[in-house]
Amino acid sequence: MNIVVCVKQVPDTTARKELGPDFRLNRAALESVVNPFDEYAIEEALRLKEANGGEVVVLVMGPPSAEDIIRKTLAMGADRAVHVTDPALAGTDWSGTCAVLSTALRRIPHDLVLTGTESTDARSGLVPGGLSEALGIPLVTYAVKLELDAESIKVHRQVPGGYQEVQTPLPAVVSVVKGANEPRYPSLKGIMSAKRKEIQKLTLADLDIDPASVGLHGARTVVTASQARAEKSSGEVARPETPEEAAVIIADFLQARKYI
Amino acid sequence: MSSDIMVYVELENGQPKRTALELATVAADLAAHGGGKVLAIALGPNAAGAADRLGRYGVDQLLVSEDPIFEEFLVDPHVDLLARLAQEFEPQAVLFSDSADGRDIAARLAARVGAGLVSGVVDLVAHGDHVDAHESIFGGNFVTTVEVQNARLGVFLVRPNAFTPKESPKSAAVRTLDYTPGDDVKRARRGRTVLEEGEATSLEEASVIVSGGRGLGGPEPFALLEQLAAEIGGAVGASRAAVDAGWIPYAHQVGQTGRTVKPSLYMAVGISGAVQHRVGMQTADTIVAINRDPDAPIFQLSDLAVVGDLFKIVPALTAEIKRRKGA
Ligand SMILES: Cc1cc2nc3c(=O)[nH]c(=O)nc-3n(C[C@H](O)[C@H](O)[C@H](O)COP(=O)(O)OP(=O)(O)OC[C@H]3O[C@@H](n4cnc5c(N)ncnc54)[C@H](O)[C@@H]3O)c2cc1C
Ligand SMILES: Nc1ncnc2c1ncn2[C@@H]1O[C@H](COP(=O)(O)O)[C@@H](O)[C@H]1O
Repeated sequence: MNIVVCVKQVPDTTARKELGPDFRLNRAALESVVNPFDEYAIEEALRLKEANGGEVVVLVMGPPSAEDIIRKTLAMGADRAVHVTDPALAGTDWSGTCAVLSTALRRIPHDLVLTGTESTDARSGLVPGGLSEALGIPLVTYAVKLELDAESIKVHRQVPGGYQEVQTPLPAVVSVVKGANEPRYPSLKGIMSAKRKEIQKLTLADLDIDPASVGLHGARTVVTASQARAEKSSGEVARPETPEEAAVIIADFLQARKYI
Repeated sequence: MSSDIMVYVELENGQPKRTALELATVAADLAAHGGGKVLAIALGPNAAGAADRLGRYGVDQLLVSEDPIFEEFLVDPHVDLLARLAQEFEPQAVLFSDSADGRDIAARLAARVGAGLVSGVVDLVAHGDHVDAHESIFGGNFVTTVEVQNARLGVFLVRPNAFTPKESPKSAAVRTLDYTPGDDVKRARRGRTVLEEGEATSLEEASVIVSGGRGLGGPEPFALLEQLAAEIGGAVGASRAAVDAGWIPYAHQVGQTGRTVKPSLYMAVGISGAVQHRVGMQTADTIVAINRDPDAPIFQLSDLAVVGDLFKIVPALTAEIKRRKGA
């Protein structure tokens, strides 16, 4: 059972974000972390490997600095990593990302491709679908639970209020939801052994990808303007003496606005 | 390329979801601008029954296939058929709701036909030869204007609640599609659905939400919120602190790692208003907060800020509203 987990480096979400003059996120100003949603996919891969054997490979497309977060995934227990990095990738959109990741995936033996449900910076959750299409393999998103048998996998797919069982042949692309498991922290031993694990670097040339097909030029969408949201100003403040007074104030307010 | 706009309709019990009416509304505006038609697509058993309601919101033609395959398998048959329709009709844009199924089908479709794909869309503005999509990013802190380039087709994932459904009656003609699914689309097979809660909560669709946070101190006080919500026709939401404590299931969580909601009324009870919570609810039309801390950050974006003890105020408010409705 060979599993590839797609992991993205994202800016720390608790930090304040700014857009540069080109309307792209000013990433340099922010500390980077493993996309929090991807930690659940990594944990799920490690558990499947522990139960079924095989190899867990982490695949990251991102700048050279992504090596820090790659080490963290190796410290959690991934066996090795593939890091696609190339200056021409700056500004790559969804279509380019899917093209690059799927080309790399074709060179890494896999029975299963796991992803997070979305990245905290793009928040689109569209890469899993793009990969499934490019690789010509089935897609199951929002997995809360995965059960393997020989040729197929049973997924509990989150739906409002519960889950639906979905059975699909392998290989497949599956996105794992937040809360599906509890991602482990790297142990000291894990951190030490991560230093010796292999990180394979690949450029666009290594993947035979035309640089003109990715980056800002290859993008199928272009951002032409950006606006910060207007801060909402605060309204009325009430400091009622009694709960009954509070109830009247709120009820009056709701009634005036036709909510009751 | 035509000036037609295609809309993918999600169904619930044979009727279009509210989000489908939102899509129809914006599609009707776009199509009117370019002199095109609104073509809606509904797939699955009894799909044709959606025509009346869709027509009322501006749909010119409803394309349907009632083949059971659309309920038996995930994604693959839907993409297969939609890709054929995109080729046949050459629309200017295809609109989906930014939901779980919408994302999956839209991404696969855009990848297959080489379309430009934009998600988180909160507005669509027609220009002479193209459509500007306004995309909400970083939890609504920025809105960017996005244009499709290097592609003939634009596929747009529209945020639930970004548009208010508006009637513009047409009599939507139903065309039943001649579709015979091949074996290659029979891959991800759906099995039984297990509901873990009594009923499915759909916060995104609620127009009134009453949310509770750590201030509630335990699972039982959520009953107070349920009583209030029942009185004003609302759904119950929660902060992550309340969800992480196990007081209420994750499906109720509002915020960065939960749901993004845009109700007309949002009541925050015992919630401090951390930025990760605010990004999920700050675009509500009206915000009312109850908190005993006069400096709670939630008050900065509240239309009405009430300083006091939630355990006393919420029951008193429920009683007061009951009294007024009875009067
Ligand atoms: C990556 C990341 C993602 C996150 N995602 C989310 C998310 O999706 N959603 C989310 O909500 N949070 C999220 N958080 C957590 C967020 O930062 C806050 O910790 C959380 O929102 C706090 O919840 P709270 O307001 O209920 O609790 P607190 O901050 O503890 O606030 C409780 C409030 O209740 C008030 N109170 C207490 N008792 C009473 C009483 N008797 N009467 C009236 N008021 C009372 C207090 O004054 C206080 O203001 C995320 C954090 C991180 C790091
Ligand atoms: N640059 C990237 N490198 C590796 N994996 C990625 C990258 N971008 C997105 N992914 C994967 O796709 C998932 C969904 O991301 P997104 O579609 O950007 O919201 C993430 O949780 C990752 O698993």
